[in-house]
Amino acid sequence: MAVSTASAPRRKRRDSERRLAFWLLLPAILAVFGVILYPLGRTLLISLFEVTSAVAVDTPFVGLGNYIEALSANGFWGALGRTLYFTLVSTSIELVFGLGIAFLLNAKIRGRWILRALVVLPWAVPTIVNAAMWKGIYNAQYGALNGVLSHLGVIDSYQAWLSDPTTALNLVIIADAWKTTPLVAIFLLAGLTSIPSELTEAAKVDRAGAFRRFFSITLPLLLPSVALVLVLRTVEAVKVFDIIYAMTRGGPANGTQTISYYTYVTAFSEQNYGLGSAISFLVLIIILVLTTAYLRMLRRSEMSTL
Amino acid sequence: MKGKNLKRLQRSLIAGVAAAGLTLSGCSVTGGGGGGDAGDGTGEINALFMKQAGYSEDDYKQIIADFEEENGGDITVNPTFVSYEALHDKIVTSAPAGTYDVVLIDVIWPAEFASKGIIADLGDKFPGAAEDELLSGVIPTAAYQDKFYGVPNGPSTKLFFYNEEMIAEVGATPEDLETWDGVLATAEKIKEAGISEYPIAWSWAQAEALICDYAQLLGAFDGEFTNDDGELIINNAQGVAALEWMKQTIDDGLTNPASTTFLEDDVSKALAQGETAFGLNWDSTMRDLQDPEISTIADAAGVLATPQGPSGARPGVNGAMAYSVTATSKNQDAAWEFIDYMTSEETQEEYVHSSQPSWKASYEKPEVIDVNPEVFAVSEEAYADSILRPAVPNYSTVSQIIQVELQNALLGKKTPQEALDDAVEAANAELED
Amino acid sequence: MKQHHNRRILGQALTYLAALIVAVGCIAPLGWLAIASISTQADIVAKPMRWWPSELHLDRYQEILFDPTSSVGASFRAAFMNSLVVGVATVVISMVVGIFGAYAFARLKFPFRRGFLVLFLTTYMLPQISLLIPLYMILNSLGMLDTTIGLILVDCSLVIPFTLWILSNYFMTVPADLEDAARIDGTSRLGALFRIILPSAKPGLFAAVMFAFLLAWDEFMYALIFTSSDASKTIPVAISEFAGRYTTDFGLVATGGVIAAIPPLVIALIFQRQIVSGLAAGAVKG
Repeated sequence: MAVSTASAPRRKRRDSERRLAFWLLLPAILAVFGVILYPLGRTLLISLFEVTSAVAVDTPFVGLGNYIEALSANGFWGALGRTLYFTLVSTSIELVFGLGIAFLLNAKIRGRWILRALVVLPWAVPTIVNAAMWKGIYNAQYGALNGVLSHLGVIDSYQAWLSDPTTALNLVIIADAWKTTPLVAIFLLAGLTSIPSELTEAAKVDRAGAFRRFFSITLPLLLPSVALVLVLRTVEAVKVFDIIYAMTRGGPANGTQTISYYTYVTAFSEQNYGLGSAISFLVLIIILVLTTAYLRMLRRSEMSTL
Repeated sequence: MKGKNLKRLQRSLIAGVAAAGLTLSGCSVTGGGGGGDAGDGTGEINALFMKQAGYSEDDYKQIIADFEEENGGDITVNPTFVSYEALHDKIVTSAPAGTYDVVLIDVIWPAEFASKGIIADLGDKFPGAAEDELLSGVIPTAAYQDKFYGVPNGPSTKLFFYNEEMIAEVGATPEDLETWDGVLATAEKIKEAGISEYPIAWSWAQAEALICDYAQLLGAFDGEFTNDDGELIINNAQGVAALEWMKQTIDDGLTNPASTTFLEDDVSKALAQGETAFGLNWDSTMRDLQDPEISTIADAAGVLATPQGPSGARPGVNGAMAYSVTATSKNQDAAWEFIDYMTSEETQEEYVHSSQPSWKASYEKPEVIDVNPEVFAVSEEAYADSILRPAVPNYSTVSQIIQVELQNALLGKKTPQEALDDAVEAANAELED
Repeated sequence: MKQHHNRRILGQALTYLAALIVAVGCIAPLGWLAIASISTQADIVAKPMRWWPSELHLDRYQEILFDPTSSVGASFRAAFMNSLVVGVATVVISMVVGIFGAYAFARLKFPFRRGFLVLFLTTYMLPQISLLIPLYMILNSLGMLDTTIGLILVDCSLVIPFTLWILSNYFMTVPADLEDAARIDGTSRLGALFRIILPSAKPGLFAAVMFAFLLAWDEFMYALIFTSSDASKTIPVAISEFAGRYTTDFGLVATGGVIAAIPPLVIALIFQRQIVSGLAAGAVKG
């Protein structure tokens, strides 16, 4: 009896806290899941049917047929391979350069605030503008890349940079990395600044060399930020669409056709919605697998709280 | 046996549940609102057009204003303009909702849109007599399986543009450009004289533009895309010869190697900047080439029908577009009224500065010809014979396959024969589906 | 000792050199774009490349920004205004919704709190393509196709998970003691949120505003499919149309690009001082 009277106000408080949490979160739930949930269910449904037109009435049920068709198509694996290459190379570039720039932005140099302001600029440029800009830079007739390289005597005549499938993919990666590396750098800089300076100072007193300081103190403490950036950038790299649409439209010879662009072409250009929906779910699964793999890896080393 | 039955039961159960889900939420899987309606011939209609080099936005707005005035405001038209790149997908995504009543479609889409129930059969509206009065080359633009799905907005094909000064410098005349052999010989002289490093530019990027250039050359080599059974046959001798010819011009340094990244506008720019002597391009290009603000060859731009190939044939690729009524439109009669007005002989002649008319009679009228004499001089010949890209429902898939393989050959990754064999195999597998 | 000194000077020099390279790398492409926008067509295509235009050519800015007779300009100006409306509205809604939700995540105890936050973040992994057609149908039946309101609605669903995440992480770093003290004085929870937490969470708020605005300004695929006329078309769609139709004049694409980049650049420059501390305090700790 005594116990229950003591816990009643506590339970009441707990209930009111839950109620308040519900009401505070309701707008966010409505605004996010209200928009996403129904379309998501619908797309899942469509992926089980053969739907070859947006206005199709005759749509036979095919079960997992679309998923099997997607997984047995060469186009799917080609696009997936390019996407993984895109993801791997772009996140590596962004991490390496991002880390370097983060240290630079954290270094005690004169005019650091100017540098910080400058580094933010590429990130603020809209993706479509970025794509148009780099398309211009790579242009075979008047592009700045040709202009600069021939000024320096590296090339004799102007090159059509985007005409080779592999080169084109790499150049799109550079264009994408130029815009996103600053974001990575800022995230990592944020991580750096939250490392207590006493730790590195103490290591200095212990006469630990710069390299050892970096590997035994800074890097482990920075790992959560690295993990975060890795997840963020991987998700975006797998989803990459805008810059491909605006720069190369998947060409030449499908060399820059990533999985998202492949999905778009399948669903809209070829009007195979069933298949397109199935592929988009496969993409979602790939993203989930990749991110959980990262997180598990990092959690195993007990360095992340994410 | 028992296991099989169980599996079947399971499957039909899942299908049943899924189907029940569908009926609850709408009539088709995509949630489309069902069929269209003739309407009462009045009210507001939505029209989807393209931002383009031919009819401009201002032209369309004027046509609409005139149309609304003529019908006394019974029908009002609400136009929307998107880029060509976005047009196809816009038509597709808006179809279930029936957003647009009139849509502008490209010549390569009628088979797809008709077979997928996106555009309406206009057979009962299209006056039979008009068939005799229209240029024969434009009628098939929006036809599919002997039915009419749209009215062509005018003929369009790729013509051969050249720089008059450059050919004069090497002592050549327009007569030398009547055949592709003559073009190559002249190009070689221009290159040797150092007038232009790469005398020919093409739109060979991975896009429909590449198919159009190839189509025109295929025609010149007396080839065809498909046989009577609708199968792709471009890996035969003619198809391969055309592609080998293309690749050879790159190897000989006559074709700008950057052509594999060019679209039509890039070709036009290369000509306008005097970087190149020759280029195939749409008939509407002349206006830009003659505009001194963007062209350095405004006085030296020449145009001819596409050169003849070894076979003596010179068909132009049919690049016309057409106005269609959507199958999900709730106001189809009013939509037709508007299309009928837009494509009438009178309206087309009024806007002849923007696009060539589709009516035979217009080509006899001096006041019409005077507006654009250079193009009129060659266009009758160019429109007389045309080559069509394959009219198949999954054209865009087939086109993508051909684009990729053509590029593989042009970039030297495969021989022309290998590339086209692969293209034919992959495309015919798609066509059988 | 002297050697040590030399090494430090060398290190300093290398640091400044690296800073210079980074600065040039960030500015050069943008600088080229800006120069192209004020060059004549002839200067842009000149070979060898011109580092500086032979004459200042501002006609394109004049056409895009002020010419009332130009349909290109009118379309662009409409798109710019639409983007501003969509961007500002998305920021306001996402911030308000995000602040309330983030408070719940940071301060209140309820079942599946952590999982719920992760669920919000998972929505970010959805490929937008998978939602396009059903969303189109919904917007159509609500009469919101080709309206800025429809676009604001779908953009908020993209942005809110971000604001929730940044803000809840930041709120967690605000010491609970402050709030407890106020609560004892009789302030309600919401009162404490507005009087105690928000004022001390300014860097987090700025970081969230900046993220939200850049995301909304950048959004392309929804805008491409759901808008079609000057009534709602946004800047990215307008620019992509420029690039399709007017490739004959790269200068016009460049001009449009420069103008389109100005609002996010201004926001980024204003908030860049806050963003590092805004993220540092919470977000990067996950």
